[in-house]
Amino acid sequence: MVKWTELERSTVKAIWEKIDIDEVGPQIWARVLIVYPWTERYFGSFGDLFTITAILKNDKVAAHGKVVLKALDKAVNNMDNMKRTYADLSQLHFQKLEVDPDSFRLLADCITITIACKLKSALSPQSQAIWQKFLYAVVDAMSSQYR
Amino acid sequence: MSLSAKDKETVKAFWAKVSGRAGDIGSDAVARMLTVYPQTKTYFSHWKDLSPGSAPVRKHGGIVVASITDAVNKIDDLAGSLLTLSELHAFTLRVDPANFKILAQNILVVLATMFPVDFTPEVHMALDKFLAALARALSEKYR
Repeated sequence: MVKWTELERSTVKAIWEKIDIDEVGPQIWARVLIVYPWTERYFGSFGDLFTITAILKNDKVAAHGKVVLKALDKAVNNMDNMKRTYADLSQLHFQKLEVDPDSFRLLADCITITIACKLKSALSPQSQAIWQKFLYAVVDAMSSQYR
Repeated sequence: MSLSAKDKETVKAFWAKVSGRAGDIGSDAVARMLTVYPQTKTYFSHWKDLSPGSAPVRKHGGIVVASITDAVNKIDDLAGSLLTLSELHAFTLRVDPANFKILAQNILVVLATMFPVDFTPEVHMALDKFLAALARALSEKYR
């Protein structure tokens, strides 16, 4: 189980409070699909993802971004219990959706970068370190049922 | 994943926009690398001060970013133009090439914080590819 200091807990919460899921979710999801286009393999039902413009305008992409960030909210509120919190989601991504868990790492990097765009220098090196520790714990929890 | 003509154009145009803040970019990227990935400190035990904004961090950031600017200008022949630097990293510094990816990630984060509007997903992708190509060229002489 990952151990969190008081500073780490408050830093993660402070960053999360500044994030508007409806605004940032779509940006994150578009970024993943544009920067790592092979992730499109999981979204055959999303319609036109053939150009950057299409991805940025795609409603299903935007909606999915919000879904994912709402799930991340669970991690923020269950930092001591992430593996259990994400057990079912991890199982779903492994058995049913068949998602390569390396994609979780790519998503984590895009989340950090999108948040960096939003927070700018308020995302200090120390905050970035704490935020990435948090995200990698989430990635770990999401990968936990892959066996 | 080699750089297309469009990628090269995107990288050159973006770098021209941001190179005025080259010193800050380099310094912040190195500072973040040392803070977020403390294992990278093992290469800098000879520095008196590894904290963000310190003189050695600023100096090294400047060196790194100057090399990136040089690479942007020689983007059509990264392997050739980085030959000497590759030999330095391979034989003298012996930096594990996995760390190039770490520094690249932090450069991208810095660019996002400093240029949130210009650092679009399209620019992000081109820069990510460019830094990966740079890392490959830098790893060329390792074995």
